[in-house]
Amino acid sequence: MTLEIIGISVLWMFLFGYVIVASIDFGAGFFNAYNILTRREHILTNVIQRYLSPVWEVTNVFLVFFFVGVIGFFPKTAFYYGTTLLVPVSIAIILLAIRGSYYAFAMYGSYGHKGYTFMYGMAGLFIPASLSIVLTISEGGFISMVNDYPVLDYWELFTSPLTWSIFVLSITALLYISAVFLTWYANKAGDTSATELLRKYALIWALPTMVTAGGIIFELRSHNPEHYARILDLWWVFGLSFLLFIGTVWFIFKRKKYGLAFGLLVGQFALAFFGYGVSHYPYLLYPYLTIYDSFTNEAMAIALITAFIAGLGLLLPSLYLLLRLFLFNKDYVRGNKDHHT
Amino acid sequence: MDNEQAVFYSRVLTELTLSFHIIYATIGVGIPLMIMIAQWVGIKKNDEHYILLARRWARGFVITVAVGVVTGTAIGLQLALLWPNFMELAGNVIALPLFMETFAFFFEAIFLGIYLYTWDRFDNQKKHLLLLIPVAVGASFSAVFITIVNAFMNAPQGFDLVDGELININPLLAMFNPAMPTKVAHVVSTAYMTSAFVLASIAAFRLLKGSNHVYHKKALFLTMKVGLVFAIATAIIGDFSGKYLAEYQPEKLAAAEWHFETEENAPLIMYGVLEDGEVKYAIKIPYALSILAHANPFAEVKGLDQFPEDEVPPLYIHYLFDIMVTIGMWLAFLSALFVFATWRKWSFIQTKWFRWLLVAGGPLAIIAIEAGWWFAEVGRQPWVLRGIMRTEDAATTSGQVDIMLALFAGLYLILGVGSVVVLRRMFKRNPVEQEIEDRRKEKGGDIH
Ligand code: HDD
Ligand code: HEM
Ligand code: HEM
Repeated sequence: MTLEIIGISVLWMFLFGYVIVASIDFGAGFFNAYNILTRREHILTNVIQRYLSPVWEVTNVFLVFFFVGVIGFFPKTAFYYGTTLLVPVSIAIILLAIRGSYYAFAMYGSYGHKGYTFMYGMAGLFIPASLSIVLTISEGGFISMVNDYPVLDYWELFTSPLTWSIFVLSITALLYISAVFLTWYANKAGDTSATELLRKYALIWALPTMVTAGGIIFELRSHNPEHYARILDLWWVFGLSFLLFIGTVWFIFKRKKYGLAFGLLVGQFALAFFGYGVSHYPYLLYPYLTIYDSFTNEAMAIALITAFIAGLGLLLPSLYLLLRLFLFNKDYVRGNKDHHT
Repeated sequence: MDNEQAVFYSRVLTELTLSFHIIYATIGVGIPLMIMIAQWVGIKKNDEHYILLARRWARGFVITVAVGVVTGTAIGLQLALLWPNFMELAGNVIALPLFMETFAFFFEAIFLGIYLYTWDRFDNQKKHLLLLIPVAVGASFSAVFITIVNAFMNAPQGFDLVDGELININPLLAMFNPAMPTKVAHVVSTAYMTSAFVLASIAAFRLLKGSNHVYHKKALFLTMKVGLVFAIATAIIGDFSGKYLAEYQPEKLAAAEWHFETEENAPLIMYGVLEDGEVKYAIKIPYALSILAHANPFAEVKGLDQFPEDEVPPLYIHYLFDIMVTIGMWLAFLSALFVFATWRKWSFIQTKWFRWLLVAGGPLAIIAIEAGWWFAEVGRQPWVLRGIMRTEDAATTSGQVDIMLALFAGLYLILGVGSVVVLRRMFKRNPVEQEIEDRRKEKGGDIH
């Protein structure tokens, strides 16, 4: 394995981590807002607050880790993506900021307000959508070089069906992931009405997720034939992912083994995510940038990987402790104990 | 938008984001330490007041952390969005501390989550206190790592630039650059100092507003003691920072001191104004600049005559330096006076006017932080990487920076106002007296 591959694999792993934990968080915010606005009130609020409160900052760090790591391992990306992404990423930052801060304001400052709850829910949907533009752009065709500087063609970007299918996928997948996880969590908490409601959401969002994911592969056929061909080479990965998807839906439908259902879902997304990543290889930005010509020097790469291993040694036990205390602790999940400051 | 404008707006946006982030970040670095001290004292003395102090600080801390985290995420991304050329180079040489910083964040975030949700969960209170250590360590190390990056911008080393190619890169050498020891120490110690004075402000304000509860008196005395210790540390390290500047960035020191001609026995110029290149109304302290720069009253100090004109930083940094140093000296004096007077039981410290001075301490410390950073950053101009890359060559070529500036300004306004409103409500709704009463009922015992 070359240093380049180790670097990109580490980053892709953390991005995957972000996709899962952030989806749960963002989706929960949306369902909560939806229920409060349709006056079903607080069926979900409890479940959501119990799970999300202690972990929201951790979620954010996954994202920070990813973009800091990208610049560390692949400094040239700063030049290409930094110059072109000013507007979409700034919008994502602002949404993240609104969401993150109002979250804290509302949860700890007990600043309950319908308007904020609504903003909070909507911001969560559009953060992944605006971040996913990065993936769209990476497929090439939207950036051209003018006077040696990359320039993004917004018209081309916003009229491309690819952009919109990735946009829709980011939303459907988010709601699906979140609903499946929360079904499991609500069930653990012994909250039947919440479980039923979330189970319904999970089933509603399952099919649209699959359809849009398929749609993207279809779009790529004309947009980026090279990438499309590599996806077809990896058909078995995506096939396996589909089987896991069927498994999740089956268990949810049968009201059985919600934990396993969520496990299968993680597997499904992991396979699809890594399948996508591998088929994207070696490009970071079609056709300008590959992981090889943008890679940092060897001394820095080795230093970063060493730091990563040391950091992981610190991180994994701490994460385990966090999960044990909050996610896997029966008393906490059920709300029997409240030790909030 | 032409490129000059893109550079201009990029600068303004960077200045704005950093100046806003630094308020919350400084508090974020210092407050965990203060909570730790209070909780430790509380456990040691078996005094419920200190425990409650820790608990209430922790609650407020959550709000400032939230704003710190979101604005930090903003600046992290903005560095790449606004200064892509700089980040490309920086990524090659100084990415290591940036990367390590994310682990510090992780560590802090995880344990903060655990700490906040485990009050009274353990029978042994010390166990709960242990959970706070990683929070404080993580927060302080965030500051250490990011300040290392900033130190590198002031004294870049650990690579060679040959025909525009970077070679011989040594990440560790880049991290341990000459600016690093003083910068890191000064930033961390000022963060502790500022947090102490901010909390002291709050306690003094409560005492002024009619609550004469011992809870606030204990809080005030504790925070002023900590403030004194770190104010002294800050002044000492600040002196070392001056010596660092004289050695490695003499143009910054010379500009800050309006030291135009190289000379021996150099006097220190405090205050004053500059009119047509003449210094007026200033206080000149003989030999003091030579002492600050070289610890020797007769030493020679380089003046601005030694530098090409287009490499001299803006001269207004003199005012920033004065503001910072004056506030530093004042706060050291004020806290020393308070601690001494408390010990001697002098009663003037209970008077209204004196308490107002204490209230002013927190905001003043924050002004000193801002002035210090502006001094350090503007004093580095025209370089973004001293001697290697000019600021105007580092900026983005994007044409939409001005719109983004307006958007972010609006965001910071909302966040700033929001955090103040929420913090006020949070403590108004649940006053100390009420909470002490509640705790007494709960525990049934000797809480006053
Ligand atoms: C509460 C805040 C505060 C206070 C009271 C002081 N400082 Fe400071 N100073 C800072 C907050 C600060 C800072 C915000 O932390 C800076 C900006 C960048 C940096 O490295 O630290 C800084 C920078 C800074 C620098 C520039 C370092 C560089 O550019 O590399 C010098 C020479 C001093 N300080 C010296 C002093 C002296 C002699 C003080 C006397 C009491 C003093 N500071 C008080
Ligand atoms: C948090 C405290 C900081 C504050 C308040 C601050 C403030 C400023 C200010 C006022 C400027 C503008 C100078 C000018 O245009 O004349 C500036 C520039 C800049 N700073 Fe800092 N800074 C801080 C820390 C840092 C750190 C830690 C880094 C790097 C990791 C950094 C990177 C930059 C960059 C890239 C610029 C733009 C180039 C320039 O104008 O010099 N800053 N900062
Ligand atoms: C260019 C300069 C800076 C960058 C790029 C930056 C980046 C960041 C980022 C990305 C976060 C969010 C981390 C998370 O998700 O938890 C953050 C938060 C934080 N930053 Fe900054 N930062 C800068 C300047 C500073 C400085 C100068 C200090 C210290 C003096 C500092 C101290 C902190 C702390 C303690 C936090 C954690 C939030 C809190 O506890 O309040 N940062 N920063």
